Amino acid sequence: MRMQDESTRRQFIGLAGGAAVMGTIPIVTLRGAEATPATLAAAIRNVVGTAEVQTGKVKLDVPPLVENGNTVPMTVSVSSPMTSDDHVRSIHVFNEKNPQPNIGNFYLGPRAGRAQVSARIRLADSQKIVAIAHLSDGTFWSASADVVVTLAACTEEVI
Amino acid sequence: MASALINVPAHAKRGEVIEIKTLMSHIMEPGYRHTADGKIVPRDIITSFTCRYNGAEIFRADLFPAIAANPFITFFTVASESGKFDFEWIGDNGFSETASASISVE
Repeated sequence: MRMQDESTRRQFIGLAGGAAVMGTIPIVTLRGAEATPATLAAAIRNVVGTAEVQTGKVKLDVPPLVENGNTVPMTVSVSSPMTSDDHVRSIHVFNEKNPQPNIGNFYLGPRAGRAQVSARIRLADSQKIVAIAHLSDGTFWSASADVVVTLAACTEEVI
Repeated sequence: MASALINVPAHAKRGEVIEIKTLMSHIMEPGYRHTADGKIVPRDIITSFTCRYNGAEIFRADLFPAIAANPFITFFTVASESGKFDFEWIGDNGFSETASASISVE
């Protein structure tokens, strides 16, 4: 069969490329929405209320440089004896620039034995991560870490 | 069909702090991505994870779209008695999965 004109080759490549992508995952486009320092502050206020958040006791482990923001290992540990009188009630993790400021809330108790939680998270941009621990005496302690992300998650662009 | 991977030590000494590792296969679609024709891919995530030790809740987590696909969560507990750990994941679109693991404590 004879091709009609020179644009056929371009169409073919476009179709083939489109088909290849559609076969795997939907094509996605960049979206402007992101959490701002203000929404981060609001999300933290939602958890801590009017209580003061002090720095210390909490250790937030994330790699400082991340190649793929789609899966970033994160560990939060809190120095606490984890007794019924003195333990960590919950750990809350926030971010600055994902579309939503929350990452996760983890509820422990004295039966945890060790106040440490790990998960894999997504980061849409290079940004600051904040972990806040709520202790049984009602105080809040925090730690933060800056992460540089080369490939963003959540809001990938069309290739 | 969703599937879970659970790592709990089979044996432990009484009072020992043990690590529990859990992984649930799930797409965790964040709900912020668009298809080529501009439609938002609807959110489909696990929103809640609970672990019970012989019926008593020892760990719970609220998950958000910022949790990576196939949520891998690890935490600790004190091995107090022989018995069973029950794990439960609940999510969007009626997602609900359970798994369990047993431990013998000397």
